[in-house]
Amino acid sequence: MIPYESILLDCVQSDERVMILTAENRGHMRNVPALLGDKFLDVGIAEQTMIGMAAGLAARGRIVVTHALASFITLRAFEFIRDDVGIPNLPVIMVGMVPGVLSDANGPTHQAIDDVGLMCGIPNINVFCPADEEDLKIGLKDVILSGQPYYVRYTNAPAAVEHSPSFTPGVAEVVAGPLDGRRDVTILTYGVLLRQAVLAASILTAEGLSVQVVNLRTLKPIDEARLLDAASNSDLVVTLEDHFLTGGLYSILCECLVRNRKSCEVLPIGFTTWFRPALLPEVLAHEGLSGDLVANRIKNTRNKRATSGNLEQSYA
Amino acid sequence: MTSHTLAQLPAIALRVREHILRMSTDGGCFTGASLSCADLLVYLYTQYLHITPDTLNSPDRDILLLSKGHDVPALYGVFAELGYITGDRLKNHLRVHDDIYWHPNRNIPGVEFHSGSLGHLLSVGLGMAIDMRMRGVDSNVVVILGDGELNEGSVWEACLTAHALRADNLIAVVDRNHFQANTRTEELIPLEPLAIKFEAFGWNVEKADGHDFADLDEVFKRIPNRNGMPTVVIADTQRGHGVPSIAERADRWFCNFTHDEIDALIGELHGETVATLTSETLVVR
Repeated sequence: MIPYESILLDCVQSDERVMILTAENRGHMRNVPALLGDKFLDVGIAEQTMIGMAAGLAARGRIVVTHALASFITLRAFEFIRDDVGIPNLPVIMVGMVPGVLSDANGPTHQAIDDVGLMCGIPNINVFCPADEEDLKIGLKDVILSGQPYYVRYTNAPAAVEHSPSFTPGVAEVVAGPLDGRRDVTILTYGVLLRQAVLAASILTAEGLSVQVVNLRTLKPIDEARLLDAASNSDLVVTLEDHFLTGGLYSILCECLVRNRKSCEVLPIGFTTWFRPALLPEVLAHEGLSGDLVANRIKNTRNKRATSGNLEQSYA
Repeated sequence: MTSHTLAQLPAIALRVREHILRMSTDGGCFTGASLSCADLLVYLYTQYLHITPDTLNSPDRDILLLSKGHDVPALYGVFAELGYITGDRLKNHLRVHDDIYWHPNRNIPGVEFHSGSLGHLLSVGLGMAIDMRMRGVDSNVVVILGDGELNEGSVWEACLTAHALRADNLIAVVDRNHFQANTRTEELIPLEPLAIKFEAFGWNVEKADGHDFADLDEVFKRIPNRNGMPTVVIADTQRGHGVPSIAERADRWFCNFTHDEIDALIGELHGETVATLTSETLVVR
């Protein structure tokens, strides 16, 4: 049994309200159906029906975890999430599989790289983006039992770092570099690219730069204090995400800065269109998202600023 | 359910239609669609559904969901007549300080789930029906669907899943008034043979005259069959029923009449002369 299955099982066993629904996406829950009895339902390839049913079950007092591919649960069922989960603020958890670059070679139909923006845009709905399986294990049970609707950007990637064992929605963790004080670069990131952020930071640190890496964990609520600290105390703030720049962390940072009348140098790294489908390492290399290439982009940005006195934003 | 006899229902339905007409001014409402399902709702709330204003939170109550939410004036008219809300409250129609607007809101006592966007509540109702079954509660979920609403693919998606899950405590009622917003259903997206479609999806299919209380009673007394299959009642109705000036007119979907026209239409409802209507009709979608 994989950790995700153990967490689901633990939640169902520790709270009789919890149910698990899937739209025939069982790759990460092969052992769960037989163990959960009527607390597990496979509704078939029908994301809209799954969310509608989850809302009906939640309206009757249950907490419902729904599980499907990230692109289909957030896009096909978007209006059901907005209308039937968001408006009544019901405890339904949408777990999206293979989000972002994790869709590998599936192609643009399967690329959930607008999911964070879509889900953050619905009032009442929170967004949890664990960096890896350890991060997922630390936060998921709290998220499910919170009594609030959540979108979870699923990953079971091996641990990129040693995570803070306590999870609080809206509290980010600093996983590398100085905890506070003046530094050259702060990399803000979430999800599976945390590993690349840490790699980039180690390259830059070896070259004498001070680099802080922040794992946001939840994009909504967002750790605004951490964003503002990055803006105030870094020469360059990098947002690194496998998501469209519009609607993702870059947008969230920009809104936060304007709201607080702050300004800073920002290098946004993310997508402006769909990425080339391939296996993950090639995707990362081709899209400039691997740790070494991220380090290069940061160095290039710093060099341009040093020569022009003006930091030019490069859009992937 | 109430203690009303079938013989008392026409008088209640007449008052519900008056409520609908009184909401068809000062901003208006979806008058035609509301008039078509008024008798259905009067029948269900007085004779069939195990729910009263005193048992709104009972875990073993029956549940009715209005998936075609734009006919909510009929529901609120029934709620006013049966004591879920006061009749006076209907005067708050479209006012910002209350929740009585063009689609159902859960803040109104008796509304189990909000709606507005078509094609949502069959799956929501299916979730509620599954919850009842898991709790061992012998209750039913009744979902009112519009026939135009059957254009939405999500309805048929939920039909497939309801059949797969053997949800025999789920009852869909199609308000088959043969119109969708601007046109007759058969002239835009033909639905017939509708019964055969539902049968092919594995549902029990019943047909009823949606304006004949005795016929509705005979049909609903036969269901649910608890035979492992969900049930649909295709209720043959007439859009604008009871008011000849509105009935079966494609342009009388959303109506916003003058106060004088409302008085004349209420007279028409009571068998007086046909009203002369000059108000422009408004199509909102």
